[in-house]
Amino acid sequence: MNTEKKIKTLIVKKPLKLDCGKTIKDFPIAYETYGSLNSKKDNAILVFHALTGDQFVTGVNPVTNKEGWWSYAVGPNKAIDTNKYFVICSNVIGGCMGSYGPSHKDPNNENIFGTNFPVITINDMVNAQYNLLNHFGIDKLFSIAGGSMGGMQVLQFISNFPNKSKTVIPIATTSSHSAQNIAFNELGRQAIMADGDWKDGNYTSNNNNPGKGLAVARMAAHITYLSKKGLQEKFGRKLQEREDLKFGFDADFQIESYLRYQGSVFVDRFDANSYLYITRAMDYFDLSKQFKGNLSDAFINTKAKFFIISFTSDWLYPTQENKDIVIALNSVGADVGFVEIESDKGHDSFLLDVPDFLNALKNFLDKSYSENKE
Amino acid sequence: MKNEFKVIADLIEKDKKVLDVGCADGILMKFLKENKNANIRGLEISKEKVQECIAKGLTVIEGNAEKDLKQFPNKSFDYVVLSQTLQAFLNPELVLNELLRVGKKAIVTIPNFGYWKVRSHLLIKGTMPITKTLPDEWYNTPNLHMCTIKDFFHFVKSKDIKIFKSLALNGLNTSLINERNLGIKNLLADLGIFLIEK
Repeated sequence: MNTEKKIKTLIVKKPLKLDCGKTIKDFPIAYETYGSLNSKKDNAILVFHALTGDQFVTGVNPVTNKEGWWSYAVGPNKAIDTNKYFVICSNVIGGCMGSYGPSHKDPNNENIFGTNFPVITINDMVNAQYNLLNHFGIDKLFSIAGGSMGGMQVLQFISNFPNKSKTVIPIATTSSHSAQNIAFNELGRQAIMADGDWKDGNYTSNNNNPGKGLAVARMAAHITYLSKKGLQEKFGRKLQEREDLKFGFDADFQIESYLRYQGSVFVDRFDANSYLYITRAMDYFDLSKQFKGNLSDAFINTKAKFFIISFTSDWLYPTQENKDIVIALNSVGADVGFVEIESDKGHDSFLLDVPDFLNALKNFLDKSYSENKE
Repeated sequence: MKNEFKVIADLIEKDKKVLDVGCADGILMKFLKENKNANIRGLEISKEKVQECIAKGLTVIEGNAEKDLKQFPNKSFDYVVLSQTLQAFLNPELVLNELLRVGKKAIVTIPNFGYWKVRSHLLIKGTMPITKTLPDEWYNTPNLHMCTIKDFFHFVKSKDIKIFKSLALNGLNTSLINERNLGIKNLLADLGIFLIEK
């Protein structure tokens, strides 16, 4: 079976004006759904994926044959219970799992876009995904949820469409990319662009991927997703299948071997140009700037119930940045709950089996849903 | 639910916006939500207690009253409740000012160090008092600034804080405190409840 058949797509006919000034139309959004939409259409949850995620939230990803990226949280009887809720997730525009992105053909000249694809923003991603509500005939979502870049989309979505979700769950995220965040993303982009096979983004035309550069980008980013303590406990100074140091530049340490492996498997499933575009979108994200420096104004029109979650060992989007969102919400009297979950697993905690997190998420959703019914 | 919470709940009218500071496992919040239709939020420092509140469907923010009350705008709640925690803060005066800034009114309860059982414990045994409301040993008590009903009454007056109601609790008995009976209430009550405003 070829890849296209495994991917559901919605072709958005309506033109979408992007933040960069360009307009796109008749573009595909690739999506997947889990569970079923009830007759009242009040049980839908729109999940937003992070930088390297895709629409295949749970179960086996039919393209990569790997477990979906949020399998711990989403599924029957799980925190986001697909026996109860209808979960929708779509690949962001700029991505490489079927949604409109740099590996698509430019309708004007039939060449692959490469870096001629317009630079997109979190706002553009969210506006594109909004079309899914009409597609499913959903007037109001029960919830929107996502971690990391998914959390940025959550914040942007409720700011753009204040009445379109009853509950809002930004996880391990920020309202504005910090200098450190931008620095790490720039490191990744430079690694890709320094790869001779990148060829100014035109590599797809001759099937020569900048795999080395993309792997280095992934390795560097992967370190930022873990905590020092987590790394130390898992790897320490353990050696990789050898008794002693080899006095060379082979992977002597297990951590080296692990990162190399992470880099190599990533290259098989991800497009280097998409990595450039999506990291750029994250770097451009600054919700308070959209409201002249006052983040609270982003939430002034919403009556949604917010639940914000951070993790103790997350140094990429630390608790304080999540708390800043709580503070902004409180200053406009929004209904907001917040918890910081104890975990050594770093930023990646939201993707992993962290029972306190999964319980909090489940309790919040299920209680809010049953209150809704009363 | 303990009598203290019933008395607090009686001070709050229906349909009010309430912040419970140090809401613990959310018993009072749940009661106010269900019986007074309160629009209620909690602030709680313990992660486990926050989880318990979430499991009850309550809106709670994990945080520390000494640092995190400042995020709430002036007079953004009709009532702010602080139950038996004032004495545990490093700076109770600062917290009290914050409660009165954030809330149109504040309800503060204090374990009374002037209660006769406390006094007699110290007088007769000569050791730090341990009672139902003060169950900890001197070395592990969270209480840094114990006070009596009389102390609190005088303090509030000296700061030009308006007292709407002050109540003395002894088990299930509740009675009003005023300037004239202050001495006797300070002896007989193990808990004081104050409805104040600034």
